[in-house]
Amino acid sequence: MTEHTPLLEIDGVTKAFPGVVANDGVSFSIRAGEVHALLGENGAGKSTLVKMIYGLVRPDAGRMRLHDAAYEPRDPSEARAQGVGMVFQHFSLFDALDVAENIALGMDDPPPQRRLARRIEEVSHDYGLPLDPARLVGDLSAGEQQRVEIIRCLLQNPKLLIMDEPTSVLTPQEVEILFTTLRKLAAEGTAILYISHKLEEIRALCDHATILRGGKVVDTCLPGEKSAREMAEMMVGARLNTPARAETQPGDVLLEVSELSVTPATPFGTKLHDISLQLRAGEVLGVGGVSGNGQDELLAALSGETRLPKSEIVFKGRPIGASGPNARRAMGVLSAPEERLGHAAAPDMTLTENALLSGAVREGLARRGFIAWRKARAFAERIIAAHDVRTPGPEVAARALSGGNLQKFVMGREIQQRPEVLIVNQPTWGVDAQAAAAIRQALLDLSAAGAGVLVISQDLDELMEITDRFAALNAGQLSAPRPTRGLTMEQVGLMLGGAHDMEVAHETA
Amino acid sequence: MMRLEKRPSPSRLWTAATPVLAVVVTMVAGGILFATLGKDPVAAIRLIFWDPLFSEQYASYSRPQLLVKSGPLILIAVGLSFGFRANVWNIGAEGQYIIGALCGTAVALAFYPAPGWYIFPLMVIAGAFGGWAWAMIPAILKTRFRTNEILVSLLLVYVAEKLLAAMALGAMRNPDGGGFPGSRNISRYEPAANTELIANTGLHWGVVTAFIAVIFAYVMLHKHMLGFHVRLAGQAPRAARFAGVRPGALVVFCLGLSGALSGLAGMFEAAGPAGRISIDFAAGYGFTAIIVAFLGRLHPIGILLAGLLMGLTYIGGEIAQLTLGLPAAAIQVFQGMLLFFLLALDLLSNYRVRPGRREMT
Repeated sequence: MTEHTPLLEIDGVTKAFPGVVANDGVSFSIRAGEVHALLGENGAGKSTLVKMIYGLVRPDAGRMRLHDAAYEPRDPSEARAQGVGMVFQHFSLFDALDVAENIALGMDDPPPQRRLARRIEEVSHDYGLPLDPARLVGDLSAGEQQRVEIIRCLLQNPKLLIMDEPTSVLTPQEVEILFTTLRKLAAEGTAILYISHKLEEIRALCDHATILRGGKVVDTCLPGEKSAREMAEMMVGARLNTPARAETQPGDVLLEVSELSVTPATPFGTKLHDISLQLRAGEVLGVGGVSGNGQDELLAALSGETRLPKSEIVFKGRPIGASGPNARRAMGVLSAPEERLGHAAAPDMTLTENALLSGAVREGLARRGFIAWRKARAFAERIIAAHDVRTPGPEVAARALSGGNLQKFVMGREIQQRPEVLIVNQPTWGVDAQAAAAIRQALLDLSAAGAGVLVISQDLDELMEITDRFAALNAGQLSAPRPTRGLTMEQVGLMLGGAHDMEVAHETA
Repeated sequence: MMRLEKRPSPSRLWTAATPVLAVVVTMVAGGILFATLGKDPVAAIRLIFWDPLFSEQYASYSRPQLLVKSGPLILIAVGLSFGFRANVWNIGAEGQYIIGALCGTAVALAFYPAPGWYIFPLMVIAGAFGGWAWAMIPAILKTRFRTNEILVSLLLVYVAEKLLAAMALGAMRNPDGGGFPGSRNISRYEPAANTELIANTGLHWGVVTAFIAVIFAYVMLHKHMLGFHVRLAGQAPRAARFAGVRPGALVVFCLGLSGALSGLAGMFEAAGPAGRISIDFAAGYGFTAIIVAFLGRLHPIGILLAGLLMGLTYIGGEIAQLTLGLPAAAIQVFQGMLLFFLLALDLLSNYRVRPGRREMT
């Protein structure tokens, strides 16, 4: 194979699902040794496209060619046999098994355990991804679990490796390790199809980018020659407004948390140790950290879902640690949890009912317990109008909305209640660029109007963009907050606990 | 090949249609069952569903029986539906029914033979309290020690049955009964009797209470925050906590409500149609009410209709036993089939059937 014949050629591939055309005549090609980015917003058709390449979904029309021969995988094992590997965003690993056992489970024809363990050590050493085959997966960090998935693919010597949003769970240092590995693979001739919406990463890593919008290829570019903003505008197909913020002086302390410790109710929770923070009027405080370091527990403690000793949380001089969610809402302390479906909103209930869910107290939607349905509906309509929620109406079930629209609804529900303190966890998780910008702007407006906003997020770019101060949550402990302006990504990474002491990986490899 | 596709929202049409369809399918399957037993299926189905209400031969007796049988079923099922909506599974309504009957009867026997208008109201309070207290055992064990309320409430049924037998043979035995087990007939003791309010209708205070419970439940579930929280806790427990619901308090409320209503049903039965406490007082209303609750889609109006239907199969089943010689177990199988088909057909309200191959997405 020469440099110029493509490894994989996609020609006019189309796939329709009931009610939506996920891919409409998509064509592009990847050469051996190339890192190719697939860019697009949620719902642009990236996932469907790679699922077709990996044999999970069959195209309705169009051709795929691999090594200049027709390529029509019927299932993933056939795709793997032809040299196509994929690392999913969500890992499919068993916590109770060790690394080698997990890898054997994902192979079509696993060698004996001892030989496999030796192969794992060799491959992990060669590619700078240190991994002990005998460790239990449940004890590994998210970054290490991802290595298990990657090594599982590498053991099959793939010619094409598909990576779906691989960095969403990694610290900046872990991202660097991963990129070094991917560059090494590319140099050896493996083609990499890289899906992400983190544009700076794509600029740093990828040789080519294909941009999808509404199931169609709308553009291609050389990421190194474009700015992140230009690429974002290609994805969205419109000019993007960066959130604008007014310069404000932080006011009085609204919320004070002192030496908050929580032991989780379930064995899978994270323990919070001695968390202390102050939130002032008019500021946005960011709490960064990789998921599973206590974010859910911190939100539950601040929202009132977890009851605490009275004095651990003080709002405007009043101890509220022992108050439940509705007592805190009455005072003006509101929150929005990470999980949209099932926590912030009930999936099978209508938007009106979901508006009532957290709005009953402050919006006066119930009198002596009797629900004023008409007012609840009007409140839902107000949220829909003010936050541009795309829905046929307030009587639609929450689960029928797209992720971004439901997130706008859930965030809008809290913002419309004029909170004095708003605590949000992952406010723009899984939300397209335009909706994310709208939500961030709404949070900034809220703080400009004098509210204190606490944003818990894994998205460091988001925190850099909208927060005044930044603190890192790592293994249930919160670092001292530092002013966000002037922080470098490297400093942030160190605050987040580095790469779990694995920074040296590539130096020894 | 067929495959199932999840609907974006549950279909309203199918939600309403599946109970009717389930009844039809049960009639067909029941007919086959009766045919294999060597009985004429059409005659048997007619005897169960039609004759109790419309035949000249049976209707004069069986028409009032409809309310007598349906009343306790509806009363118990309405209470259970709150818990079932909130994922609190009280399977022991039968036990709470027995304890309610024992407490109510105990009050009556304590006053016997004194007159007094206050005796019947006291019995009502005692019956509700007895059922409530019996349901508090699984409630407290669940909230304090995380035991499973299904097992605890179910096993307490057998404890209650033993207690019933002990009472019928011991403390509550009729001193003038010639040593036979069973209490005095309190339906003949005027201040304690749960009498028929309108002659030949079967309407007694228990049926009235059941109707009130239906209205109360409807208002609670659709117009009140408490009912909203019950529904929320069942559909999305984390969202319920976010909305400020305390899971423990909800368990106590749901078990307490269903226990109190079951206890009332037992008390009204003992003071009215049954008339006394006897070893075989428990007739399975507490278990059949579970079917009624689901057949009625956990909706108060649905439960009212389902209770009447189930009451009908009870009466019709008795007639079929007498005239066709169908075994009692066949009638129970028939009632069980109704629940089975209902749950199976439920699939259609959340999924639609499409031709084609299953695809991983």
